[in-house]
Amino acid sequence: MSKALLYDSTICIGCKQCEQACADQNKLPYNDTIAAEVQQSEHKLTVVLTRGDKFMRRLCMNCESPSCASVCPVGALQKTALGPVTYDVSKCMGCRYCMVACPFSVPKYEWAKLVPKVQKCTMCSDRVAQGKPTACAEICPTGATKFGERNDLIAEARQRIRDNPGQYVDHVYGLSEVGGTSVLLLSSVPFTDFGYGTPDFALPMLTSRVLERIPDFVPLGGILLGGLWWITHRRQEVALAEGRLPAAANEKKNGRKP
Amino acid sequence: MKFKLTFWKLVFFFLMAAGLYATFLRFTRGLGASTNLTDQFPWGIWISFDVLCGVMLAAGGFTLTATVHILNVKRMHSIIRPTILTAFLGYVLVCVALMYDLGKPYNIWHPLIMRNPRSVMFEVAYCVMLYTTVLALEFSPIVLERFNLQKPLKVVRAILIPLVICGVILSTLHQSSLGTLYLIVPEKLHPFWYSPLLPVFFFISAIAVGLAMTIFESSMSARHFGLHLELPVLQELGRVLVVVLSVYAVLRFEDLLHRGALKLALKPGYEMYLFWLEIALSVLLPLALLLQKRIRNNPHGLYWAAVLVVLGFITNRMNVSITGFEGSTGVRYFPKWSELAVTGMIIGAGFVLFGLAVKYLPIFPREESLAEQEANAAVVPAAVAPVLEHAGD
Repeated sequence: MSKALLYDSTICIGCKQCEQACADQNKLPYNDTIAAEVQQSEHKLTVVLTRGDKFMRRLCMNCESPSCASVCPVGALQKTALGPVTYDVSKCMGCRYCMVACPFSVPKYEWAKLVPKVQKCTMCSDRVAQGKPTACAEICPTGATKFGERNDLIAEARQRIRDNPGQYVDHVYGLSEVGGTSVLLLSSVPFTDFGYGTPDFALPMLTSRVLERIPDFVPLGGILLGGLWWITHRRQEVALAEGRLPAAANEKKNGRKP
Repeated sequence: MKFKLTFWKLVFFFLMAAGLYATFLRFTRGLGASTNLTDQFPWGIWISFDVLCGVMLAAGGFTLTATVHILNVKRMHSIIRPTILTAFLGYVLVCVALMYDLGKPYNIWHPLIMRNPRSVMFEVAYCVMLYTTVLALEFSPIVLERFNLQKPLKVVRAILIPLVICGVILSTLHQSSLGTLYLIVPEKLHPFWYSPLLPVFFFISAIAVGLAMTIFESSMSARHFGLHLELPVLQELGRVLVVVLSVYAVLRFEDLLHRGALKLALKPGYEMYLFWLEIALSVLLPLALLLQKRIRNNPHGLYWAAVLVVLGFITNRMNVSITGFEGSTGVRYFPKWSELAVTGMIIGAGFVLFGLAVKYLPIFPREESLAEQEANAAVVPAAVAPVLEHAGD
């Protein structure tokens, strides 16, 4: 069973304790200056955004079919069965295709370092593997960020919408977006207000349906080209035998490139 | 030999000096200090120009080897060696450029053992690696001949046809795959450039640029090395170019029409200007020139049409990989001086390596007197620079 996070923005009070806990968990600095930053970065893996009296978290969505893991040429990014999308720095060669491909632009790079790595929330994969909730869910004082089984959380999210239809946009974000995510969102204002707007299908299929043709293309192309070569050279041989080509010139060419 | 400083030598030394200093910055201070790359713009000119354009400009290699060896068009044989040289240098320099761009270049071999066959980048890495090997083998007879090594020469000639077939397949795969790379970002790439047909466009345009580069480089070589211009051959390439460009143009506009992006083409704006610049340079102007028999059969007309095609598709690759992302990211990217310096150094190295190869290896058919050869050889470094503009990359 895969784990997930449910973030209910209507319960969030914007205390940013999740930011602090996340920084501590990932051994990143945290102070007032960083708390004031509204962009995810290589030193700030989750951000609580504020629009008037509304809040919204941004963090890695740990997609069900992650673009980043699909594009990584060396498999440094992996979707685990438990839910988190993990990153193995020792495999990474720094091509940064994950950053280009991510529909949420989540992966960030340590540009200032000589030996840089990709930084992103990995849903506290170490803690989750030990059966513990993520750092952000554990610290959350109001339960706005809740950790649990994905199926249970989906059911709970739907129940909350049913119980208070006026309070929510009638949609659980992450249910079907980009093929489903391990971070589910509830909101009272349209998700697009906070920059959440993505297609309803798994993006990796856009490239996989092209890549999938390669195994067929290689033998087909080989036979086609080999066949063409056979026809053109046979023609030349025939022309030569029938005396339609000057033999000397042909011999010279044949001698050079058989 | 007396050393004579000429204009092109001066340019070359300037490029080398700037490039080496930028190299020092890149490998001692990191990507942040040596580039304008950001989290919003993780791929810059080293990917856009050095890799995407570099691979495209080297496409003459597979186009011409297929024509000569598979389709058996023998009259093209005289221009095959310089084309293979361009392609080989091109791919080597693409690999060099990658070493600058990768965050951890010493891990460049990782795809060899850490495979992710679902990744387009993985496929490109493999194809480029294998194709560079194929090109090295296709290029090797030239070196082996020079040193009169008959045994290995025999081996390479025996496997030439399978090699060429492998080369064409590998090229088809990775030329198109460079377009496939961008299929996964339908939301981020501007509708002028995001299309399900990206792989097809990249492949067809690679053929067009391959033909154009062959015309360009033959014309330049004829001028600067004082060689006989193979005009009938180039005219034929020009006719094929008309067909390829027409197919590309029709597909490109049909695609824009079907996706409803054509109406955007009339709405003035940053993207619209660059879109029309690309279309004018890559398709409209070259076709307008090449469709006139008088111009198509004229060496200057052919030359300028080829230059337009090359510039047009360079614009296309830059648009796909930079302009197309500026809207969605809300960030304008312009390369830092050090990014340009590295690119400049790599282009410069391409020129000089081409010139040195022509000087020391049997690249062009020997048809002039020895005296002429010597005279030409003496001016090589000076003449080298313009020979291979962009190709070396």
